[in-house]
This record gives sequence, structure tokens and C-alpha cells, in this order.
Amino acid sequence: MVPGEHRSEAATDMIPAVPAAVPPTTPSDDEHAAGSTPAGPSGPRTLWAAGRPRASRAQFFVALLCALLGFALVVQVRQTNVEGLSALGQSDLVRILDETAQRTADLEREAAALERSRQELLSGSDQQQAALDAATKTATTLGILSGRLPAEGPGIEVTITESTGTIPALTLFNVLEEMRNAGAEAIQVNEQRVVASSYFVDTDDGVEIDGMLLTPPYHWLAIGDPAALAPTALEIPGGAMAAVRNAGGRGSPVARDKIQITATRTVSEPEFATPAPIGAG
Amino acid sequence: MIAVLGLIIGVVAGLVLEPTVPTSLQPYLPIAVVAALDALFGGLRAMLDGIFNDRVFLVSFLSNVVVAALIVFLGDQLGVGTQLSTAVVVVLGIRIFSNAAAIRRHVLKA
Repeated sequence: MVPGEHRSEAATDMIPAVPAAVPPTTPSDDEHAAGSTPAGPSGPRTLWAAGRPRASRAQFFVALLCALLGFALVVQVRQTNVEGLSALGQSDLVRILDETAQRTADLEREAAALERSRQELLSGSDQQQAALDAATKTATTLGILSGRLPAEGPGIEVTITESTGTIPALTLFNVLEEMRNAGAEAIQVNEQRVVASSYFVDTDDGVEIDGMLLTPPYHWLAIGDPAALAPTALEIPGGAMAAVRNAGGRGSPVARDKIQITATRTVSEPEFATPAPIGAG
Repeated sequence: MIAVLGLIIGVVAGLVLEPTVPTSLQPYLPIAVVAALDALFGGLRAMLDGIFNDRVFLVSFLSNVVVAALIVFLGDQLGVGTQLSTAVVVVLGIRIFSNAAAIRRHVLKA
């Protein structure tokens, strides 16, 4: 405050100091004196009078000081413009730091939330994929079991020829039953896929399976464990093959590493049965 | 006129040379500039009052600048540099305003 007063003194100093100093000095200052007559100076005219270039050392110094001021002004303005955080006060810096920390926390929270939903979506799609895989597998299994899909695998091949008599439907059905008992998973006779609802019936023309006439020789293909199917199931004494031979047929099962069952059956939608709720049974 | 010319030359020189303020001077330059502005307005007012004197202007200009820088320096040494700078700027601002008001009365007669 003291220096401020000091400067204000300097400014007020001008008023008393100058009139005393002016009159004895240079002729150019006479104009000052004339301008400051009690009649009152006219602002613009005084400015004009003062602004007239006069070659004097004092004028030169004034110009020099003004140049210095202009220079410093521009330099300072530029400095202020280029200065970043270094020009800020402590409180401003603390505020900025605080805001930055706040913003960081916000962004981190948002990132965590997004990460969480991403995980959820990923695991969701994983579960969906697993469900889809399971459904596909079930569909494949059921497709094979219901005769909707072609199948291949180890199994047996039996070709039954009629040599001396006609093999009745019941005997053929016995063969089928034996195969099923031995765990055959897919069965085909001639070009007909044999499914759960398949039946053999004697007609005048011969044996029909599922309404289609079968003509001998009966060429069976069955996918399953060959060891269980061939010697154990069909060739059991007094079993299916024995019945076939009694009926006048010939043939014996042959184990194969790879049996291809190509015949398929379209499965109709169940008309009356609907899936029971899980756990209801 | 010569003063205005000098101001323009100074501004142009500052723009052209693009000097960087030395670190030791950085706290004092803004205050010094404000003090010089105060002296300039005081000089303008004195001119309009018809009592302008080159010598007084020179002395007040230089002393203003030096004293302002000195105050800031002292404040820095005492650990109250920021507050003292604010005080100086406030005082100089008030003086600039009153000088500007006087100039306005002269020029605009209002």
C-alpha cells in the first residue's frame, strides 16, 4: 500500500510540480503553459499540440519508454498465451488436479461397467453357443435314431437269400428284434430305413415293410457293436438266423468296420403327443 | 505523437523479435507493465490538463516500474508475493481507472 501511495503521490505530484517547472523551460513548453491557461484547455486541441513532434531529449526518452512499454506488453501477452499450467496459481492447480482425478474416477467406473457388460455378453453368447451345440448334437442323435439322417459306423451286413422257401414276416421281424436287442443303432433293409415304428407284414406278393414290398434277397445293414451283433445276437442257437434257416433262407452276418446307411425316413410331426414339461414326470 | 510512434515501434519489435522472458523476470514483468500503463495514463491525463512535463513523466514512469517490481520482489521474499501482487494490481487498476475517467472528461466533456 505504501508504494501505491508513493506512486499516487507521483501522479498528483505532476499537478503542483509542473506549473512551477514549466514556465522557465524551453519555448515548446510555453505551449503547455498557454494550453493550461485558466480559460480551460480544449482536450483534442491540447492533445494535438502535445502530439506535435518536437525534437528534444525528453521527447526522445518518452518515446523510448513508450517503446519499452509496448515491447514489454507484447512480450508479456505472448508469454501469458504460451504459458500453460505453470502460469496458474496453487488453488487453480489444485482444482484442476481435483477435476482430473474426479474425471479419472468417473471414466474408470464407466470402463468397469462396460467391461462387466462385455463379460456378460460374452458369457451369454457362450451359453447360447453351448445350448446351440447341445441342441445340434441332440438333433443329430435323434436324427440317426429316428431315421431322419444317414449314418455310418462299424456294424454288420447280412444278406438273406430265399433258397427253398418263403421267409415269413415274423422271422424277418425276429431278425430285426435281435438286432435291436444287441444294440443296433441304425438299421436298413434293402433300401428301407428301419425305425421304431417299422413293421413287417405278409402279403400275397411277399413281405412288406412299412407298406413297401420287400423283394428277396433281404440285404440288412445294421450299425452297432459288430461283436455283439453278429455272433452273439443273430447266431445264438435257436435264434433269429436259425429261424431264417428253418424257413428256408440262407445267409450269415458279416462284421464290417464301416457300414454306410444311406436310406432315410421323413419323420412326421407328432399329432397328439406334446413335450411334457421338464420335471413333470 | 512521438510517444505513440514509440509505442508502435515497441509493439512491432516485440512481435518481430518474439523474445522469451527470463525466468527470473517472469513474476515482475506483468506488474511492471501495469505500473507503466498507469504512468502512461497519468502522463496522458497531465497532458490534457496542460501540465505535462517530460521529466516528471520519465521519473514517474521509471519509479513506478521499479517500485512495482520491488514490491513484488519483496513480497516473494516474504512469502506473500501473490497477495502483494494482487494488491499492487488493484491499486494500479484503481489509478488507471481514475486517470481514464479524467481523460474521458477532457476528451468527451462528460
